Amino acid sequence: MENLRPNSANPKADLNYRRKKNAEEMRYQVVSFALMIFLTLIAFAVVHFEGFSHWFVAPFIMLLAVVQVIFQLYYFMHMSHKGHETPQLFLFSGLSVALITVLTFVTITWI
Amino acid sequence: MSTYAHKKGFGATIWDYLTTVDHKKIGILYLMAGGFFFLVGGLEALFIRVQLAVPNNDFVSAGLYNEILTMHGTTMIFLAAMPLIFAFMNAAVPLQIGARDVAFPFLNSLGFWLFFFGGVFLNCSWFLGGAPDAGWTSYASLTMEAHTHGVDFYILGLQISGIGTLIGGINFLVTIVNMRAPGMTYMRMPLFTWSSFVTSALILFAFPALTVGLFLLMFDRLFGANFFDVAAGGNTIIWEHLFWIFGHPEVYILILPAFGIFSEIFATFSRKRLFGYSSMVFATVLIGFLGFMVWAHHMFTVGMGPIANAIFAVATMAIAVPTGIKIFNWLFTMWGGNIKFTTPMLYAVAFIPSFVAGGVTGIMNAVAAADYQYHDSYFVVAHFHYVIVGGVVLALLAGTHYYWPKMFGTLLNETLGKITFWLFLIGFHLTFFIQHFLGLMGMPRRVFTYLPNQGWETGNLISSIGAFFMGIAVIILLINVVMTQVKNVRVGNDPWGDGRSLEWAIPSPPPFYNFKQLPLVRGLDPFWIEKMEGKTEMTPAEPLGDIHMPNPSFLPVTISFGLFVAAFGALYHVDGKDWALPVLFVGMGITLISMLLRSVKDDHGFHIHKEDFENEDKGGRA
Amino acid sequence: MASVQEKFTEMTWPSSPEKATLEAKNKFLGFWFFLGGETVLFGSLFATYLALKDKVPDSSHPLAKDLYSMDLTFAATMLLLTSSLTSVYAMYHMKNFNFQRMQAWLLITVLLGAAFLGLEIYEFNHYVHEGHKFTSSAFGSAFYSLVGFHGGHVAFGLLWILSLMVRNAKRGLDLYNAPKFYVASLYWHFIDVVWVFIFTVVYLMGMVG
Repeated sequence: MENLRPNSANPKADLNYRRKKNAEEMRYQVVSFALMIFLTLIAFAVVHFEGFSHWFVAPFIMLLAVVQVIFQLYYFMHMSHKGHETPQLFLFSGLSVALITVLTFVTITWI
Repeated sequence: MSTYAHKKGFGATIWDYLTTVDHKKIGILYLMAGGFFFLVGGLEALFIRVQLAVPNNDFVSAGLYNEILTMHGTTMIFLAAMPLIFAFMNAAVPLQIGARDVAFPFLNSLGFWLFFFGGVFLNCSWFLGGAPDAGWTSYASLTMEAHTHGVDFYILGLQISGIGTLIGGINFLVTIVNMRAPGMTYMRMPLFTWSSFVTSALILFAFPALTVGLFLLMFDRLFGANFFDVAAGGNTIIWEHLFWIFGHPEVYILILPAFGIFSEIFATFSRKRLFGYSSMVFATVLIGFLGFMVWAHHMFTVGMGPIANAIFAVATMAIAVPTGIKIFNWLFTMWGGNIKFTTPMLYAVAFIPSFVAGGVTGIMNAVAAADYQYHDSYFVVAHFHYVIVGGVVLALLAGTHYYWPKMFGTLLNETLGKITFWLFLIGFHLTFFIQHFLGLMGMPRRVFTYLPNQGWETGNLISSIGAFFMGIAVIILLINVVMTQVKNVRVGNDPWGDGRSLEWAIPSPPPFYNFKQLPLVRGLDPFWIEKMEGKTEMTPAEPLGDIHMPNPSFLPVTISFGLFVAAFGALYHVDGKDWALPVLFVGMGITLISMLLRSVKDDHGFHIHKEDFENEDKGGRA
Repeated sequence: MASVQEKFTEMTWPSSPEKATLEAKNKFLGFWFFLGGETVLFGSLFATYLALKDKVPDSSHPLAKDLYSMDLTFAATMLLLTSSLTSVYAMYHMKNFNFQRMQAWLLITVLLGAAFLGLEIYEFNHYVHEGHKFTSSAFGSAFYSLVGFHGGHVAFGLLWILSLMVRNAKRGLDLYNAPKFYVASLYWHFIDVVWVFIFTVVYLMGMVG
């Protein structure tokens, strides 16, 4: 298999560019981590503060979880990068099957 | 470097197969193991039919009948049909996409050995206190009441072989996505490769549900959990859902590759491009998608309520649309073609009316209100044997004849093949057609005997006679195989003369590296395109160079064997046997140490150098 | 043709080492497919848990809202979320061909994971004393299966990352092991994804009632 090596005339410049790009990406990762922690804090706070109705809390913290998982998948697991089309297709297919399963078990399992 | 130049001793050949990571040899292993279990399952079917041939028969006892019935279904689905499909996938898919091997040769071998040891474990139950007897679906309300270890053999055996299947599925997905030859776009892939792709995706998403279901059942039976114990808050419907979330896609896992095999055969022997190729691909994907939306039609009588029943009824009927697309495409492929009625083609032609009959009764079953009448009657038995025997088994027999030359380098005898075909086809319809009417007359399925004077005698006798026709057909096939291999008349690259896809462009059987130079694919049916331009070989897409190949390994056998041993420990642990826990640990130890060895040892494979090819061309080849 | 055994410098190190060879590409894609299957596996376990939540034989058994404690769950969540970030740092240094730093961050990841596992064992032990056992009710069976399966994944992930670290300590990075590190970190993130749903669906919703 051919090696996907950069063919720049000046390898030093190329290295510096890649370093910078990686560092920049790492910054995004830290930002998304901060957001994830923030979302987690909100979720725990909403449950901790007992004034909210059950009908508000359950869907709301589910929404927070979904947003957080999108951060995990697209930033931490690099699904936003190029070349992840097939992984996306299969992950979301798996997710659909999982969702249908969950839906079934909360609706038509107890009769 | 040539594989056919030197003869090896018997022991060396056995060792070669135990350690092989070559997809072609693994295909042969799947064919042999799957074929063996097919014979076992067939024998069980004959016992069933002998018992039911006359009313009040006592050929087997009621308890033994339940065991035979359960093992017939379980063996045929998990240990015969699945591995035989994997046999053809291994034999054909890498060749059809122009690859030198699968993506994970080691895992390919591991998948086979897990399946094999799982199957052997399941069948050990016959000699160790009785086989499972809760039906192939093993509904929790029955398994919780089973007092022998039979069901535990079912749980652990299927768990082990299920992991093997899952590994195989992932392997083929990656192979098809990553390893296609230059120019082999998705929409140029042969239909068998396409159906293998969709089937592998279904395996990936369906088997985890079975894994979980089997875990829950195992926890309940062996470790004191309460998932299905109603008194402790459990619910047996959970098993039914998990089983069918797996079980319905499983039906499509079996039938889609069958469709693929027939698509290849129709195009080859009609000497025409497959009619409506893109709609065939579309229909395959759509069937795969809808396959996940319909599982609860197995549970209409559970009492899920009218809304759920209606949704699943409509979704089920929708599957008839893509299936209909396929049927018409096959008919139009033949229309105006220059048809050659070889043995595989006979199977393909007979498949259409047989399978359509099974499909039509499927629609009848899908009508939820009417299903209350059909449910648990012989009508259902007739329906699923029409789709599975009339679809899958006919395809497996057709595929055996069609791919035999590519796998073994010899052509099965056509006369014997046609005798097998006619006996099998007649026997099949004799056995199962009458069962529709038995069911409508009220005969329930899974009963070990019945009383006279209910009008069921003649029907059952005819059905049993038909079963023996199929038995004789299979024996003739075996004779054919032995005769062909003893005569050993070698055939060339394209023994059918009309091969269209890449596998027919290389020797039969292919050298272990498949393609000396990767072929350049210039369209659908690439080999046919080259032949039409008067060439006899594919145009290479690369200069002659070194080829990287994987090393053989014995570790897949030891990993699987460890789980096989551990399963005995887990199974007898509940009886309070002193040796059970040590056996469990020894077994897991064998598996884990083998896995550790695999990860610690660098395995970079080896290279075939291009100089070796050049020497071979100068006369190295005998 | 580049060999996987070739020695690299930071100049020659490819920008996407996890996909630089055919073997690596296969591993990468196959692992994502595996994660798709794992999604269904955990989906089935979540579904079973939701169907059996609070299903106990009689009122002497504790229910979800009597059991779960917010402090413990919060601590466990922070540990695992942070370990996800540290494994991102490890992969950052992998891409920069800085083996020592990668190992260091992986070690931190492993320590955080082990702390999470310790908390979980403490938690399970606590529940057992409260009468919430694997064998006491359908609710107990479903709870320990779901959370235990996740815990088992954490334990396996720890062993996996540790053996990769030990195994390659002397060899450094090459194109043979870089994809392995990358795939192990994907696995670690996936464990985190599952935990996000566990703390939301099992613990927080359990506390709400």
